[in-house]
Amino acid sequence: MAFYGVELTSRLLLGTARYPSPKVLADAIEASGAQVVTVSLRREAGSERGGQAFWSIVRALGVRVLPNTAGCHSVTEAVTTAHMARELFDTPWIKLEVIRDDETLQPDVFGLVEAARVLSEEGFEVFPYTTEDLAVADRLVEAGCRVLMPWGAPIGSARGLNNAYGLKAMRAHFPDIPLVVDAGLGVPSHAAAAMELGYDAVLLNTAVAEAGDPVAMARAFALAIEAGRLAFAARPLEPRDMAVPSTPVFGKASLGD
Amino acid sequence: MRIFVNGDRHDIEPATLALALDALGYGGRKIATAVNGRFVAAPARPAVELCDGDQIEVVAPMQGG
Repeated sequence: MAFYGVELTSRLLLGTARYPSPKVLADAIEASGAQVVTVSLRREAGSERGGQAFWSIVRALGVRVLPNTAGCHSVTEAVTTAHMARELFDTPWIKLEVIRDDETLQPDVFGLVEAARVLSEEGFEVFPYTTEDLAVADRLVEAGCRVLMPWGAPIGSARGLNNAYGLKAMRAHFPDIPLVVDAGLGVPSHAAAAMELGYDAVLLNTAVAEAGDPVAMARAFALAIEAGRLAFAARPLEPRDMAVPSTPVFGKASLGD
Repeated sequence: MRIFVNGDRHDIEPATLALALDALGYGGRKIATAVNGRFVAAPARPAVELCDGDQIEVVAPMQGG
């Protein structure tokens, strides 16, 4: 699997927020096997050192970073944040979020497409956080996106795949674009389900960070993602309405009624 | 003159963005900056003369999802 020409073996992208401690964060990333972690940027005072300390931890792990534009509500804000992120993290990758609704954190898909166009033209490699809407996804590809990241469910909701049908249709519609289910997953079976649909990867944060044991949960997600991917490649049985005996009937002993 | 850094008021002598950041303790730090909503790349900071009332944003790496 490759994002913008970067080959990766792990299909789990992991967020770095909300862990109980920096050590648990580092251990969870290691246990997950993730090669890409999402990061953000926030105000820091001259007397503070939190951001510098966090950056030291991430750098020591040797993983690739995918900065986000979380919290941005306008195209201008998202584009400026992307510029700051590119300089700060020295990467053209940007997880583009333009949020419309604060209750659901649903993306403003109109602003998203516009911001994706601006950033793609400026040489960014955009990972748009979007919905499963196919028309929007088409527009994002036209805007230059070579990865699409539809939501499973609202960020942090732990609801899993709210619209598995829509996600399946998206996979069929974009056979050659890397697709990542981003957000809303709660348990490893949700991630396995996304992978069984043929998704290329899964991005999650809260499900690991706020689990009782984040390190164990990181490992559980990694295993589920591997299992789901193997299952997809193994071509699962189609569901059917009636029973089909698994044990052959031919040759059964005749023993009366 | 007064400038606002991440929303907090600071009274400083007229200076460039680079000098003001040094004076506020940001020297050598991994940060990105914007002035009045516009991104200012690190190499451009010494050439940006601050004006009274400028709104400066200084951001650093942070945890994110």
